[in-house]
Amino acid sequence: MVETGHFALVLAFALSLVQTIVPLVGARLDNQRLMAVGGPVAVTGFALTALSFAALASAYATSDFSLANVWENSHSLQPMIYKITGTWGNHEGSMLLWVLILTFFGALVAAFGSNLPASLRANVLAVQGAIGAAFFLFILATSNPFIRLNPAPIEGRDLNPILQDLGLAIHPPLLYLGYVGFSICFSFSVAALIEGRIDASWARWVRPWTLVAWMFLTGGIAMGSYWAYYELGWGGFWFWDPVENASFMPWLAGTALLHSAIVMEKRSALKIWTLLLAILTFSLSLLGTFLVRSGVLTSVHAFATDPTRGVFILCILTLFIGGSLALFALRASRLTAGGLFHPISREGALVLNNLFLTTATATVLVGTLYPLVVEAFSADKISVGAPFFNLTFAPLMVPLLVMVPFGPLLAWKRGDILAVAQRLMAAFAASLLAMLVTALFISGATVLAALGVGLAVWLVLGALTDLAVKAGFGNVSVGIMARRLAGLPRSVFGTALAHMGLGLTVLGIVGTLCFGTEKILSMHPGETVELSGHTLRFAGIYPAQGPNYSEDRGRFELIGPAGNPVGEISSAKRFYPVRQMTTTESGIKTLGLSQLYISLGDEGKDGSVVVRLWWKPLVTLIWGGGLMMMAGAAMSLMDRRLRVGAPSRRRKRIEVPASAGMP
Amino acid sequence: MTRKQKRLSVILGGLVFLGAATGLTFYALGQKASYFYMPGDLATATVQPGQRIRLGGLVEKGTIQRGQGATVAFSVTDTHKSVKVTYTGILPDLFREEQGVITEGTFGADGVFVADSVLAKHDERYMPKEVADGLKAKGVWQESKSE
Repeated sequence: MVETGHFALVLAFALSLVQTIVPLVGARLDNQRLMAVGGPVAVTGFALTALSFAALASAYATSDFSLANVWENSHSLQPMIYKITGTWGNHEGSMLLWVLILTFFGALVAAFGSNLPASLRANVLAVQGAIGAAFFLFILATSNPFIRLNPAPIEGRDLNPILQDLGLAIHPPLLYLGYVGFSICFSFSVAALIEGRIDASWARWVRPWTLVAWMFLTGGIAMGSYWAYYELGWGGFWFWDPVENASFMPWLAGTALLHSAIVMEKRSALKIWTLLLAILTFSLSLLGTFLVRSGVLTSVHAFATDPTRGVFILCILTLFIGGSLALFALRASRLTAGGLFHPISREGALVLNNLFLTTATATVLVGTLYPLVVEAFSADKISVGAPFFNLTFAPLMVPLLVMVPFGPLLAWKRGDILAVAQRLMAAFAASLLAMLVTALFISGATVLAALGVGLAVWLVLGALTDLAVKAGFGNVSVGIMARRLAGLPRSVFGTALAHMGLGLTVLGIVGTLCFGTEKILSMHPGETVELSGHTLRFAGIYPAQGPNYSEDRGRFELIGPAGNPVGEISSAKRFYPVRQMTTTESGIKTLGLSQLYISLGDEGKDGSVVVRLWWKPLVTLIWGGGLMMMAGAAMSLMDRRLRVGAPSRRRKRIEVPASAGMP
Repeated sequence: MTRKQKRLSVILGGLVFLGAATGLTFYALGQKASYFYMPGDLATATVQPGQRIRLGGLVEKGTIQRGQGATVAFSVTDTHKSVKVTYTGILPDLFREEQGVITEGTFGADGVFVADSVLAKHDERYMPKEVADGLKAKGVWQESKSE
């Protein structure tokens, strides 16, 4: 099975070369038969990659330690779920997952792109094949997961304990579906540049792909954030760490792309910009892969590193980013610019959105890469962290968020800003009220906190206002309103959901950062502590034994107003003997939308334990908002408008990836 | 306004916006980036009390002292020089003697480094990159330490 997997991987590499060259030549010579080669090759390539991945996964499941990769990252005592997720819990396996998803998207284009112009389809598949070829070569040359050990060791070295968590099953696949999903937009853009024209089907194809990739990336980031939050035991949800920024940059650029693609689809304006943005978004995905996989930056997240791999990915990066941008410089002038519009219009609002989002992307990029640049040109070593991003990113986001509710209410071509402002009066008044209530009635509220709450309320109510206005609220009877609401395009609901999700995330962030409390103290068994109105009693430390670890579990009781325990929270120190590694399992109790978070520290000589406790109000909204954004994207994907040509087939194509990824 | 003037004002507005964002970014880089030092670098570098820096090195053997509550004191060394560090909080799971560590914080007036965050990597094989490079530069790096 293992050799079959290895062989399949080599064959998939060979096929990716065929997929690159033959359709490209076919499109050049206008040869239908050569162009038609791309589709079946892409599907076969995906099947082979899937076979290869399955071979590796089965080696993990059966603990086949004759594979160096399995030996290094697995152990026979691990629970089955972690054996399987361990397949991509390491560099080699995660790169295999990367190409698996890449070929999957290529196969989707091949399978459902029959209504695309033949030459566009051929070129798209060729570009997709080229990306695949580069990464297959990378895997085979520097990161082959199928290297054998002889003699085979009896026992493995265990998966990094931090990764022995359900988060590993969810976060990387979602993140990669997002990252790599943007490759389709990239391939479409490069194909359009090769052809020297953007036709109508281009616009209709790119938007749904962007939506799919964006939806998964949103989910991947949100789940990754929650995973880091409970796994690292630091109680933070975002560290502005290079590895996080690596996924956040494509998200910001992808969000901009999502919005500019709307303009292009609806009004066929901003064509060249959208095309460039699609290239940039995937370039940032590639950059992210490089930053994460090469280890050039110090990160709080664990990844094994190897400099030769870094150089290889850097070459891939240069080739694709440099190549596509050079092609853009050469060909962009050939493309025709689209329709004109007044600055105050839906298009204008979306341009403003793009301006802010791309600038924000640039600041994150500068902050992430600046330490590398400084280190390359001087002996200084610096780090750029949260203080930098708070100072640069936040001032860009606040005006953008204030403008969000205006966008969907403005008309295309020429909008009336005063009329829109009038419609938003109620939402504005309510936000002002929320601000006042926060400032006056919540103890410890700063001006900034009140503004934050107001902003969140503004976003949520702004989104609802959009729905209300479009349903004719106030002008028609409830029955007609309901009928109108039902008749609205799904994408209108998608927009509203996503913008509301954004508001909820903002509310969660503001709540946690501005109203959260924290205590670090040393506790003896039986002691109680008070935290933001909650009383916790430390019951003691109880040792326990897991399948491949031993732990000291600290139990805490949540004491109710009557003095009796109403709930239990436990946090543990786990020791994994194989890696001689200790991890902290945080204890979390969700109360409504808020959470109590306990992290266990070291034991003192006198039986006391250092304990860190947090009260995190509304914290779950941070990720809940992310899920709502995902739901918005899924809703948009179901829009009738996005189904081109043969509607039934289109519908299938879009809904399969959409529903398969919902957690 | 004529069409040309309108277009010009839009472009100008965009440029002003980008200029402001660029200015802010560079200002923030100057103000908010924190420099990384090994204990030996501190003799030549001028670090003001209160200036935020990252201090990295190895946790010196036999220097970890637990004080009142959650306060811990230890020394960070590059094997030639060492600096005393205090930290209040929970140390990372991988924090131990003779392991690489990066602390972030400020020097107090008494020359003791008050850290508000301590980083030790999750990966057992890991040595913070800055620390490894610094030790290599000082000629005290042993390859076996990276394993």
